[in-house]
Amino acid sequence: MKNKLLGVLLAGVGAFAAAGIALNRHEPINALWIVTAAVCVYLLGYRFYAAWIAARVLAIDPSRATPAERLNNGRDFIPTHRVIVFGHHFAAIAGPGPLVGPTLAAQFGYLPGMLWILVGAVLGGCVQDMVILLLSTRRDGRSLGQMARDELGPFGGFAALVGTLLIMVILSAVLGLVIVNVMKHSPWATATILGTVPAALIVGLYLRVWRPGRVLEATLLGVALVLLALVAGGWVDHQPGLRPLFDYAAVPLALFIIGYGFCAAILPVWLLLAPRDYLSTFLKLGTVLLLAVAILLTHPQIRMPALTQFVDGSGPLFGGTIFPFVFITIACGAISGFHALIASGTSPKLISSESDVRLVGYGSMALESFVAVMALIAATLLDPGVFFAINSGAGVVGATPEAAVHTISGWGFPVTVEQMRALAAAMGEQTLFARTGGAPSLAVGMASILGSSFGRGLMALWYHFAVMFEAVFIMAVLDAGTRVGRFMLQDLLGHAWRPLGRTSWYPSVLLASALMVGAWGYFLYIGVIDPNGGINILWPLFGISNQMLAGIALSVATGILIKAGRKRYALVTGLPLAWIALVTTTAAWQKVMSPDPRLGLFAAADELAGKLAAGLLPAERAALAPQLIFNQRLDGWVTFILTALLWFVILDMLRVCLRRVRGLPLRAGSEAPYQASRLQGAVAESGA
Amino acid sequence: MRRAAHGMRTLWGWLRALSGDDAYERYLTRHGRQHPGACPLTRRDFYLEEQRRKWSGVSRCC
Repeated sequence: MKNKLLGVLLAGVGAFAAAGIALNRHEPINALWIVTAAVCVYLLGYRFYAAWIAARVLAIDPSRATPAERLNNGRDFIPTHRVIVFGHHFAAIAGPGPLVGPTLAAQFGYLPGMLWILVGAVLGGCVQDMVILLLSTRRDGRSLGQMARDELGPFGGFAALVGTLLIMVILSAVLGLVIVNVMKHSPWATATILGTVPAALIVGLYLRVWRPGRVLEATLLGVALVLLALVAGGWVDHQPGLRPLFDYAAVPLALFIIGYGFCAAILPVWLLLAPRDYLSTFLKLGTVLLLAVAILLTHPQIRMPALTQFVDGSGPLFGGTIFPFVFITIACGAISGFHALIASGTSPKLISSESDVRLVGYGSMALESFVAVMALIAATLLDPGVFFAINSGAGVVGATPEAAVHTISGWGFPVTVEQMRALAAAMGEQTLFARTGGAPSLAVGMASILGSSFGRGLMALWYHFAVMFEAVFIMAVLDAGTRVGRFMLQDLLGHAWRPLGRTSWYPSVLLASALMVGAWGYFLYIGVIDPNGGINILWPLFGISNQMLAGIALSVATGILIKAGRKRYALVTGLPLAWIALVTTTAAWQKVMSPDPRLGLFAAADELAGKLAAGLLPAERAALAPQLIFNQRLDGWVTFILTALLWFVILDMLRVCLRRVRGLPLRAGSEAPYQASRLQGAVAESGA
Repeated sequence: MRRAAHGMRTLWGWLRALSGDDAYERYLTRHGRQHPGACPLTRRDFYLEEQRRKWSGVSRCC
């Protein structure tokens, strides 16, 4: 009875908030409506849909011993209190994707992005994370690749491995590009971000040499050091003698990031990677909390219209119509294939009872999706004219401020050069024009929310705080991604020549790290020299790769459900899979086949090649053109390979399902046999 | 007053568990129970071993 009342109440409040959004279509709406509608949707999804999936679809059994209990070794397998596992899992899945994606998708207006973040998370992303978490828990914490191999066949496993490696490369490149665009000609941001490197090294030494393993003390020291770096960056910015030392163009910054990534991959983890991760996790949780409080305190108005004219595909941030590109762009905030790697990695080895899977899997993703909603709010509370001026590449709107404001005002989003100059001055930057990548506009949005809650005079400080926060955890993901990519490459190379597979053999370490960094460094470099900003090509490619991985995870889940004779419920993962397959394939088809050079990669390459041959390009552009042409064709092939991998796995899954229906013999799979739990009421030995 | 102190201690316990600050103590308790008499790793060796294990798989996401 109480549950029903709660449900009715939540549905009522949610419907009221949604109606508030729907009825206010032609005047600015308040962000509080969006926050309220979002929270109600998550709670309803968690309370009803997730509970139903747990009970019926997955037949969760709290009496069944989890691998943490059966294989407890005090190290990676440890039964842990569910709140602690939730914390670890959320910290692991929360990345920069949900901050960047919604910002870019705001070019369609606030409504499409918001709807997909909510619907996609509740029916797709949260379900994927929860189902994979349970399936892996029942298989001794096996990885997605191993489950694909055990349940579908060797091909599924291979596709998951290649897919993971590709997504690591594209993700690292696009994130590198985001930071380069933040640091470009910004001495304050560059000095601060450079300052976080020695801060991480000091924390690493503290944890290794002076006070081994005292994580909280070290984190406190580290946070003090990065805040010092923030203030010191501001001081450098006001010293005419020091300023030029930190004022760089995009290309040298990209080379710096590439060199840094290589060092992070080969240095011992305790020196750079681990301490940076402690800082990043702390900053991430703190900032998300701060942002939520500030949004509630200031309840800003959303200035972006619900829908813009760019739903027709003519948008300046990236080409492509609202379907399928709003889904591809939002990616991680709604469904992230990457999460399936975490849900089948560390987390299942900590789960002390199967009944915790709902909170850890579904709950963490709901919270992650809420972060995406906040990013969307921070992007759409800006004046649309300002938003487009920051996020449009010079190649799209014009290279001079006058040309850019003329183009953007012509779209019906008035903005002036003075307005942009005043904003840049308030944020302590030289210019905010053509700062593509989403991070600068998010930082401006965050600074205006945080500034009006906690000190308006400190706007420039808040802007650079937001920039530093994004950079610190982007670099943590970059380090971790490069390192994992290195291990995967070494594993692959080991099949060719055995010594290359030894993860501690130095020549192999150097070779695999160089290959991995070289691969993402290449895409990063091309993105930097691209006059259209690079993000317009790389982010959709990242979205497609991420959704492809989600498709592989959902295929594995659907295959296992059908094999287990739970055909009736297979649509729970089957429908999101069908949608992902449709969206990803349509997007890939358009990226490869479209004759429109703003959208089609091969069309763009052909157009540029034609102009080059006809001598229509200015000398500077002509010098870059051959590289850009090659890269666009390469991106086209990568898109094709990603989609082919997805379809191979889907067909492999359908083959397994067909064999099940026909009653033919199947792979045994790797589900661990039932063993009764002896943990009374799932009380874990560690935690509180 | 006593309740407030208790609450603070509980919160501190959660914070240590969430950050991994208490990992070595948990290891010692467990080690003492399962291998009485055997020599446990030092705090530093345990920390380095844990970091190596943690960062050899996918543990951070987009």
